[in-house]
Amino acid sequence: MIAPAFRVLRPVSGWSVAGALILAAALLAGVSLGETPFGFVMVLKVLANNLWGAGYSVDPIDAGILWSYRLPRTLVAAACGAGLALSGVVLQALVRNALADPYLLGVSAGAGTGAVAVTVMGLGAGMIGMSAGAFAGAALSFALVVLLARAAGGGSAQLVLAGIAGSQLFNALTSFLITKSANAEQARGIMYWLLGNLSGVRWPDVTLAVPAAGGGLVICLCLVRAMDAFAFGTSSAASLGIAVRRVQIALIGATTLMTAAMVSLVGSIGFVGLVIPHAMRFLVGPRHGRLVPASALAGAVFLIGADITSRVLIPGQVVPIGVVTALVGAPGFALILIRNRRRV
Amino acid sequence: MLQAHDIGWSAGGRRIVDGVTLDILPGETFGVVGPNGSGKSSLLRLLSGLLPCAEGHVSLDGQRLTHLSRRDIAQRIAFVEQMADTSEALSVRDAVELGRTPWLSALKPFGADDTAIVSEALAAVEMTRMQDRRWATLSGGERQRVHIARALAQRPQLLMLDEPTNHLDIHHQLTLLRLISRLPVTVVMALHDLNQAMACDRLGVMDAGRLVACGPPGEVLTPERLAAVFRVHATSLRDPADNALLFRFHCLEDC
Ligand SMILES: Nc1ncnc2c1ncn2[C@@H]1O[C@H](COP(=O)(O)OP(=O)(O)OP(=O)(O)O)[C@@H](O)[C@H]1O
Ligand SMILES: [Mg+2]
Repeated sequence: MIAPAFRVLRPVSGWSVAGALILAAALLAGVSLGETPFGFVMVLKVLANNLWGAGYSVDPIDAGILWSYRLPRTLVAAACGAGLALSGVVLQALVRNALADPYLLGVSAGAGTGAVAVTVMGLGAGMIGMSAGAFAGAALSFALVVLLARAAGGGSAQLVLAGIAGSQLFNALTSFLITKSANAEQARGIMYWLLGNLSGVRWPDVTLAVPAAGGGLVICLCLVRAMDAFAFGTSSAASLGIAVRRVQIALIGATTLMTAAMVSLVGSIGFVGLVIPHAMRFLVGPRHGRLVPASALAGAVFLIGADITSRVLIPGQVVPIGVVTALVGAPGFALILIRNRRRV
Repeated sequence: MLQAHDIGWSAGGRRIVDGVTLDILPGETFGVVGPNGSGKSSLLRLLSGLLPCAEGHVSLDGQRLTHLSRRDIAQRIAFVEQMADTSEALSVRDAVELGRTPWLSALKPFGADDTAIVSEALAAVEMTRMQDRRWATLSGGERQRVHIARALAQRPQLLMLDEPTNHLDIHHQLTLLRLISRLPVTVVMALHDLNQAMACDRLGVMDAGRLVACGPPGEVLTPERLAAVFRVHATSLRDPADNALLFRFHCLEDC
């Protein structure tokens, strides 16, 4: 029992230590950098004070900013980045199309509509209500997109086209809901939030984002071999012993949950689900045993970086994080496309 | 070992496979022949459980396929599809390693024995030298050989091959058929080359979804049947080297 467990862990452990260190460094950077930068010592002191009451003397206002705003915001950024990148990996494996990601397949748009519907119509209460609405919207839009793709012949190009139609429909529905039901103040807030925004993030959001990303990661890690087996299509996966339906449901469920949680917290952030998995395929190869953890880590680090950039880019103003990811993501994606082409 | 009881499947309002009853014996090489669209691939998919039977049922060693898990089936039956492609930048070795999937679990990760099985499968189809090549850079025949290596790495008791000699040059066609005949496994394969089909232990002839004949090749491939099912006129010749029977085909219109 112990020997095989050890065999599983041995090759993994070196990399996971390295990954944890990179993530810790990124988190530390995310907490200390910003409009008012804090020294690392100060950050560590505040963390020690709050985690085990170390009792270092620090400026209470700075400590408050650091602990109540910066840290939850950075943690949520990390969870969102990991969740969105994982969603991209999963959808690309299942759909066997390099373009699949929650943004393009309309999942994010549906989640946005659900969250906005809950907000403007006053259904449910607070964060949980919004996340539930986002989940319902995400699941509904994904189901619609899949049905439309089936009706159109069922290929993966059809799925992407159906996803584009779905995104347009749900984005229009969102705008319609806003114009119809929201007052000017609400409308401005929602529009800003839809572009992707981490400014409002507090500790309660962390308790949704981190378990969602962590849970999604665990599900993906359990199914890495199944995702590999999808490389030659579903019937090839079935002939390799994969329970295709069950795996699809588990993976799509995990993706929808992660996307819904992230969209309800920070709005829809594009490009992470598309660019990060491609960049990681380039670095660690197409096998999911490495691709899944690498993408989760890179997504987390990337979004922390984007959040820092969004805070320091224009002094005195926060650029929506969705704008930053697209500004970096679009050229990055172009680069990947060109380099991939040359390799083939 | 594998029994089909009156199985049928329809699609698009047409009977694609119609009332096929078949008993595959342990260790035999069973060939399925028939014109394009006669339902060979569909029959193989039904027999391997990849398609659920609309009518009838298939049993493997006495157990119905529908009662077995995909993993159980995959440990016993390997299937090489007619056309399976990927856009992932997998290497040849990666693709063959997929064959070990049904044997791996959280407690039994990919180990040295799996590596050895994969290397052996690569050697069997003469792809060892190309094991690091990317999928996209392979020729059609090389891809076909990798698929076969993947099926071999699955270490099945029953190998199902849908037109395995497709895309292969004559050397690799002959080596593949020799390899298959020497493997200690049961083989069910769809074939188009009737001369190659003559080397099977038994043949099934499909025509418009029905199994119209089943038995030893010499009894099944009669001139009348070749004319009725394949719409060709066949003359047979004897190879002076080993006295084996060969077919030569002509268009019916020319006779
Ligand atoms: N999903 C489907 N929907 C509708 N028709 C189908 C479907 N699958 C197969 N068919 C039809 O069923 C018939 C048999 O197909 P199948 O692939 O089994 O033929 P085959 O004997 O393998 O032919 P080939 O020699 O060309 O490989 C064909 O006419 C095909 O068009
Ligand atoms: Mg066929």
